[in-house]
Amino acid sequence: MRRHRPIHPLPLRIMHWLNVIAIVTLIGSGWEIYNASPILPFSFPQWAVIGEWLGGAIAWHFAAIWLLMLNGLAYLIWGTASGHFRRKLLPITPRAVFDDLLAALSLRLQHEEGVYNAVQRLLYWGVISLGILAVLSGLAVWKPVQLWYLSDLFGGFGFSRIVHFAAMSGICAFLLIHVLLVALVPRVLPAMIFGGRVPETTHAE
Amino acid sequence: MTSPLDRRALLSRGLILGAATMLSGCNYDDLQHPDMADRFLTGMSRWNDRVQAALFSEHRLAPTYPASAITRPPRFNAYYDIDQAPQVDPATWRLELTGRIADKRPWTLGQLRALPQESQITRFICVEGWRVVGQWSGVPLGQFLRRINADTKARYVSFQCADGYYESIDMPSALHPQTILALDFLGEPLTAPFGAPVRLRIPTKLGYKNPKSIVAMGVTNVFPSGYWVKQGYNWFGGS
Repeated sequence: MRRHRPIHPLPLRIMHWLNVIAIVTLIGSGWEIYNASPILPFSFPQWAVIGEWLGGAIAWHFAAIWLLMLNGLAYLIWGTASGHFRRKLLPITPRAVFDDLLAALSLRLQHEEGVYNAVQRLLYWGVISLGILAVLSGLAVWKPVQLWYLSDLFGGFGFSRIVHFAAMSGICAFLLIHVLLVALVPRVLPAMIFGGRVPETTHAE
Repeated sequence: MTSPLDRRALLSRGLILGAATMLSGCNYDDLQHPDMADRFLTGMSRWNDRVQAALFSEHRLAPTYPASAITRPPRFNAYYDIDQAPQVDPATWRLELTGRIADKRPWTLGQLRALPQESQITRFICVEGWRVVGQWSGVPLGQFLRRINADTKARYVSFQCADGYYESIDMPSALHPQTILALDFLGEPLTAPFGAPVRLRIPTKLGYKNPKSIVAMGVTNVFPSGYWVKQGYNWFGGS
């Protein structure tokens, strides 16, 4: 029996912050790559992109992708093996999501230390799926000849680019909500750095 | 009729790309004096070369298209303006051969045209993200390398161009059946902007790995790099 259980175990915290580095680098450099041949009638501002020019952006993108993939794989294995997914992100029912969403929108949803509400659970499953989608569609854009089956899966080179862009947009939407919630409940931030401590009352569970 | 200004706007993307390389900061601004980020990124890029070489299959063909899919008008792309494309006299042009090749006699255009030709309608994907479909025909590079008794166990095939551009590819990609020394584009001899008199057409790689207006070809085990690679692009550039 441990003396106290952290809200966020050390492996999760390490993977979380490695993921921040990977995601920020991938999105910033991805925007610069997008700017070389935009598929929508806008470009990302130069202050927001990483890499300074296309060659630099591609180099950052294809360096950071290894961090994202290895870190993501470690997260999926750890999350499954440690029971993190089962304990923290399940169960999830439409009813609970609906109730929690209603409570959140009327600002009545309480933050319970070390417990994800149903909306959070849905968002985490969503962003994990989007991450996998971004990697697969990215591979399809990277190797439409060698990985032709992935390219075909996403409807060819042009559609793969659109799917990749959509996955990025979804991840950005998640990040916006994610950071906004931290701003609303700032005491969750130290826990993601130092681990935090699950209150005694929920310890018995 | 397009005014010089319109044409300039049309071609500006290639120029912007060229000009962007002069920006300062890290990220490959001065590869003569690489900083830590440059060294890290170069190391990762070499690793990605190896991953791409492992993914490459000599039997996997790039998709081919019907004639109706050909992009018209064709899209010119280079790091210079279209009227600066090198003018090569086809009568005096010779393909010089260097390195690990037994028969180094230079080739004339007529000699190349006398060889069996292959035609392909394939997709050309630029590293910038756009793509076009075109028809190219010419001499399969693998057959040509065997004809001149090149060392096909060597690692690289390099190309020097009339405009100072240079590129190199790995031997497995050079021997791929769809890799050709193209002489014709859209059923006509290549024009200057599209790489006259001979260009490399390799649909299993990105656009910048398709050098135009080739004047010399070499086979070597010494990494020959490339014009864009020297500035930070990935060398393998596979598709």
